[in-house]
Amino acid sequence: MLRYVVHRVLLMIPTMIAISIIVFTIIQLPPGNYLESYIAELQAQGESVDPQKIAFLREYYGLDKPLIEQYLRWAGGMLVGDFGYSFEFNLPVTKVVGDRMFLTIIVSFFTILFTWAVAFPIGIYSATHQYSWGDYGLSFLGFLGIAIPNFMLALVMLYLANVIFGTSIGGLMGPEFIGQPWSWPKVMSVLEHSWIPVFVIGTSGTAGMIRRLRANLLDELQKQYVVTARAKGLPPRKVLFKYPLRLALNFFISDIGSLLPHIISGTEITAVVLSLPTTGPMLLGALKSQDMYLAGSFLMFLALMIVVGVLISDLALVALDPRIRLQGGVAR
Amino acid sequence: MSTSETAPPSRELEHYVSTAPFDPTSAARLTPEQERFYLASQWMLMWWKFKQHRVAVVSGIILLLMYSSTLVSEILAPYNLQTRHTDFIYASPQSVHLFHGGHLVGPFVYRQTKTLNMENLRRDYVEDSSRPYPLRFFCSGDPYRFWNLVDMSLHIVCPGEGATLFVLGTDRLGRDVLSRILYGARISLTIGLLGIAISFTLGLILGGIAGYFGGWADLAIQRVIEIIRSFPELPLWMALSAVLPVTWSPILIYFGITGILAMLEWTGLARAVRSKLLALREEDYCTAARLMGARPKRIIARHLLPGFMSHLIASATLSIPGMILGETALSFLGIGLRPPITSWGVLLNEAQNINVVALYPWLMLPVVPVIIVILAFNFFGDGLRDAADPYR
Repeated sequence: MLRYVVHRVLLMIPTMIAISIIVFTIIQLPPGNYLESYIAELQAQGESVDPQKIAFLREYYGLDKPLIEQYLRWAGGMLVGDFGYSFEFNLPVTKVVGDRMFLTIIVSFFTILFTWAVAFPIGIYSATHQYSWGDYGLSFLGFLGIAIPNFMLALVMLYLANVIFGTSIGGLMGPEFIGQPWSWPKVMSVLEHSWIPVFVIGTSGTAGMIRRLRANLLDELQKQYVVTARAKGLPPRKVLFKYPLRLALNFFISDIGSLLPHIISGTEITAVVLSLPTTGPMLLGALKSQDMYLAGSFLMFLALMIVVGVLISDLALVALDPRIRLQGGVAR
Repeated sequence: MSTSETAPPSRELEHYVSTAPFDPTSAARLTPEQERFYLASQWMLMWWKFKQHRVAVVSGIILLLMYSSTLVSEILAPYNLQTRHTDFIYASPQSVHLFHGGHLVGPFVYRQTKTLNMENLRRDYVEDSSRPYPLRFFCSGDPYRFWNLVDMSLHIVCPGEGATLFVLGTDRLGRDVLSRILYGARISLTIGLLGIAISFTLGLILGGIAGYFGGWADLAIQRVIEIIRSFPELPLWMALSAVLPVTWSPILIYFGITGILAMLEWTGLARAVRSKLLALREEDYCTAARLMGARPKRIIARHLLPGFMSHLIASATLSIPGMILGETALSFLGIGLRPPITSWGVLLNEAQNINVVALYPWLMLPVVPVIIVILAFNFFGDGLRDAADPYR
């Protein structure tokens, strides 16, 4: 067990290195030296350029050094929690983002819970009532959830909440809490505000999850042990709850790997529309103003979130599923 | 053995041969339907199975209609893509009437008159129902160059002289939303097809190499797939499309975005190809082909791929909607396609804030074809997937 955990954690390292190389390549993709185009842009806008600042930035990123060294400097900084320097805000990225990364994690976490809570009963119903009207109707709803773009749903919800409840649901907390230290009322305010983004982001992920759960459970229900259980006279409900459902529970954990990237994608775009104080709007802003180092840090962070999420789900699966635990672990 | 010891020759039966043709299946004769079923080719079986899936067939027809509409967008649309009506900015949708004053006039519209609402500074358009303006059909309207070849001005429907026809309203420059949606279909629909063509090729080649050769090639490709999959799609798409040079022409950006979308979508297909190949390459017919000296390329393309091509097509169909949604999202955020190239996402870019939802809700209408197409592709793909396995 311990060996598996260590092995799995070690396996993460090359993945993260590969990801960081990809992200660094993306940062380097825009033509020319970043700093030069930044200076040109500043001058074009008629702003004066502080030579001291330029020298600082050049030093900071090692822009006059070879690419490899630039990469090492950037990646090494990340290891010690230095996410770079935002040109737009003239501040280290860590100062700019504040709670944003934390809030992204919170929203994603609640969305996963929401997805589970909705997908579980619906998936089971659809699988046990295959080809019934209920199955068709729920499948259609699921498809609709995939088909409606997140951002449009967010926009409409924003409007409806404004008209029906008369409240502004933009943001993730009451205006009085912005910039305040964490406190109990602030936590409550975040909870109060997070149901709309959670719902909006959850819809598309839920649909996919229902379909995968249904297919999985259908396979399971056709297996011989189910037939045996039924043949020896167990009531249908007990047959379902005793065996296939437990396997379906495992599936919830193992499916995080495909659910999490989806949810994070949804979080980013929904956050832009609802102007949530998460990484989304800032990532978009950074990309639009070509503040590539800031954008790169966000990309890294999101990828790390997924990798860690998958790691946690793999470990949880080992703890839950004796088949994996006893075979020494071929997860997923 | 001598013949004299047996029965006398006079009582021997005459040698009899039936002239009717011998039918070995006479014991279990197939009905014509059964015969048709057993003799049908695999693709024929799939077609029959697919036809049973009503929703999939309807979806297929809808998709066919939408795709063929892109061939003649100019004729279908009442106005051109960029025609501006400066007197009708943010005009609300006009309804088409049939009866005027209790008499049947045929389809017609009323003229719209504009008043400025001083309270919210919104232009209010009111129908002036004094006089009907019948629609004209197969008429001459905005001139255009059809397929960039022929100068034409034929439209299926135009407003009557002196009136306008904005069935879905106009945008901030007074351009007809319906016409723009019809033109936008060209970009939005082709980006999915083009993207899937690229990712299909990538998936076949890389998945084929990984599955057939195994070993380190398999390991390497598997790793790459895993890494790509551990990126959240949308942020990576956003980053990649944001670094497309600003100096590129809109059409180059179009191809760039398509490439970016395809770059992340091939992984699923490659995985499917790999796992199927791993199973199939152990089959006897594959060994036979190898022993007869066939090259790997031939074995993969000739013997292995056709065995699960139908599955691949089905899963490819199911990954088109993801790309269409991806493009829509990118363009909505303003880092995807750029005007004058017009896709549904570019149109939705106008509906970015809550004011639009409150004041000009018709600008959100381009989302309707997006939803229809995504649903249709999903149902169509589902039908294909079921049909890909006709014996089950």
